[in-house]
Amino acid sequence: MSASGTLVRLNAADIVVRLSAFDTVVYLIYIAAAACFVLGLHLMNSPVTARRGNQLSAAGMIAAIAATFAQLIHHHATITATGWIVVLAGIVVGSAAGLYSARTVKMTAMPQLVSLFNAVGGGAAAIVAINDFVKLATAPGSPSVAGTVAVATALDVLIGAVTFTGSLIAAGKLQGVVSGAPISYPGSRVVNALLAVVMVGAAVWLMTGTGNIAVLVVLLLAACGFGVTMVLPIGGADMPVVISLLNAFTGTAVAMAGFVINNPVLITAGALVGASGSILTKLMADAMNRSIPAIIIGGFGTGDTAGGAAIGAGAGVRTVDADDAAIQLAYAQKVIIVPGYGLAAAQAQNEVQTLAELLEAKGVDVTYAIHPVAGRMPGHMNVLLAEANVPYSQLKEMDEINPDFPRADVALVIGANDVTNPAARRPGNLISGMPILDVDHAKAIIVVKRSMGHGYAGLDNELYYDPKTTMYFADAKRALTEMAAAVKTLVG
Amino acid sequence: MSESLLSDITIFVLSLLVGFEVISKVPSMLHTPLMSAANSIHGIVLAGAMLIALTANNALGYVLAFVASAFAAANVMGGYVVTGRMLKMFRKRPELPDAAAPAPSAVGNGQVSASSQVTGGSKS
Repeated sequence: MSASGTLVRLNAADIVVRLSAFDTVVYLIYIAAAACFVLGLHLMNSPVTARRGNQLSAAGMIAAIAATFAQLIHHHATITATGWIVVLAGIVVGSAAGLYSARTVKMTAMPQLVSLFNAVGGGAAAIVAINDFVKLATAPGSPSVAGTVAVATALDVLIGAVTFTGSLIAAGKLQGVVSGAPISYPGSRVVNALLAVVMVGAAVWLMTGTGNIAVLVVLLLAACGFGVTMVLPIGGADMPVVISLLNAFTGTAVAMAGFVINNPVLITAGALVGASGSILTKLMADAMNRSIPAIIIGGFGTGDTAGGAAIGAGAGVRTVDADDAAIQLAYAQKVIIVPGYGLAAAQAQNEVQTLAELLEAKGVDVTYAIHPVAGRMPGHMNVLLAEANVPYSQLKEMDEINPDFPRADVALVIGANDVTNPAARRPGNLISGMPILDVDHAKAIIVVKRSMGHGYAGLDNELYYDPKTTMYFADAKRALTEMAAAVKTLVG
Repeated sequence: MSESLLSDITIFVLSLLVGFEVISKVPSMLHTPLMSAANSIHGIVLAGAMLIALTANNALGYVLAFVASAFAAANVMGGYVVTGRMLKMFRKRPELPDAAAPAPSAVGNGQVSASSQVTGGSKS
């Protein structure tokens, strides 16, 4: 290996004796960048400082990329003209695509975009390891890819490739390009298991240091296949968990890429993302009362159009019309709005904000109760409401708002189902133990819903049969528009 | 096991712990921007992608260098811009629906926030 190659690898064991002043500075900049990432994430703990956090993190990123550029220029002797062109062209093309999608994406499509970024991040991490392996395996008279680097290489390719195809499928499902319903075919579990065995087998083979490029290709193909077969059977309703999990995978893949090329900032950044993704995965799974293995195995979650036969609207529930609902709302002192995915699906965020503003103008205290899994990714509903100009001081987390329900005159539930079902407090059913919003503690409850259809757990919602509850059967957008109009004419 | 690997593992383990500590304090209201921010951070793989150029000298190397750089650059650029766009929407009160956002202007990120303002304006 050439001297410059050794230096670029920033071999920690060599720092004292062999790292040049230049490489030392680069290393220090990487450490500073890692610190910016940590502080940036720390500042995300409040909406007041979050933007500064993002800017700090971006500044760290710019410094790290600039340092890497400097490194390329410093060691330019080994770079061919084509090498420069492809890397620069890649950066230009990639940046343009990233910039365009980031500026044009609708907030409802956020989960897809995050999924796509997971895909490209995981893919790039896998390529870094593939390139390193090919380089070492084909270099004349080079040592074989052995020992610890081989472990990181195998893990990087495995996780990166699974993330790449898995995230693409997840994005396709969210976008509706791939059916959101769980897709399975006869023998799908067998295929899945077979791919897993081949994938793990090839990875272990590589780890022993005796693998060659053919083994790497087998690993790559099996991992890509596994990513597809892993996500296909997972239903649309489980997407918040899947995205979080793939996010954690991407982070881990990037950290492994850091091990492969011995770069500290990749290791730190990857570990941070791995931690973030893992926490969110756990939170989402808990909030949905699902275990992560159960979701990965699939078959329980259904698509967006929740399963379960719709029972008749007359079966012991009371309905309400726009005028009565408007009177209840307008003469209330405190109204808590409970938005669910149905609200986002109907694109009714602006309508709900219009109604809320009318009520506030009447002196009603309006807040929003946000369940952790409302939306298609962690925290999604907050972003959708923020976009509709709802101030964040009105957005309340579950634990914060639950004690307030007994004081609420009206709880207005829009397109949320399982997360409001009091059955969760009793043992012995599918959602037992699931954290719910205590909507039934409110003095009166109005539920806006298209039909009596079940939530994705396929359970009857006991809330709807509560004597305090009235149902408003309509699409969320229409219902809210009608209520707002009624509030205006009746009391405005 | 080499010394450098041990120091790498140390970095990894400590970073994981720092990550758990820092991220568990983020309120669920900001979980979508958080995930998006974490997404941008793993775009650091761009550094690794660029270094491929150091040794690329055949078609395969060039293809890998191009694809990895493009993927990672999309990740970095898109991640930061979209996170900025989202965070900008979190307002205290709706009285000032447009431009006059109170947030201090960007540090090393001016272009990003300027662009997101344009998009936000044209969408509303």
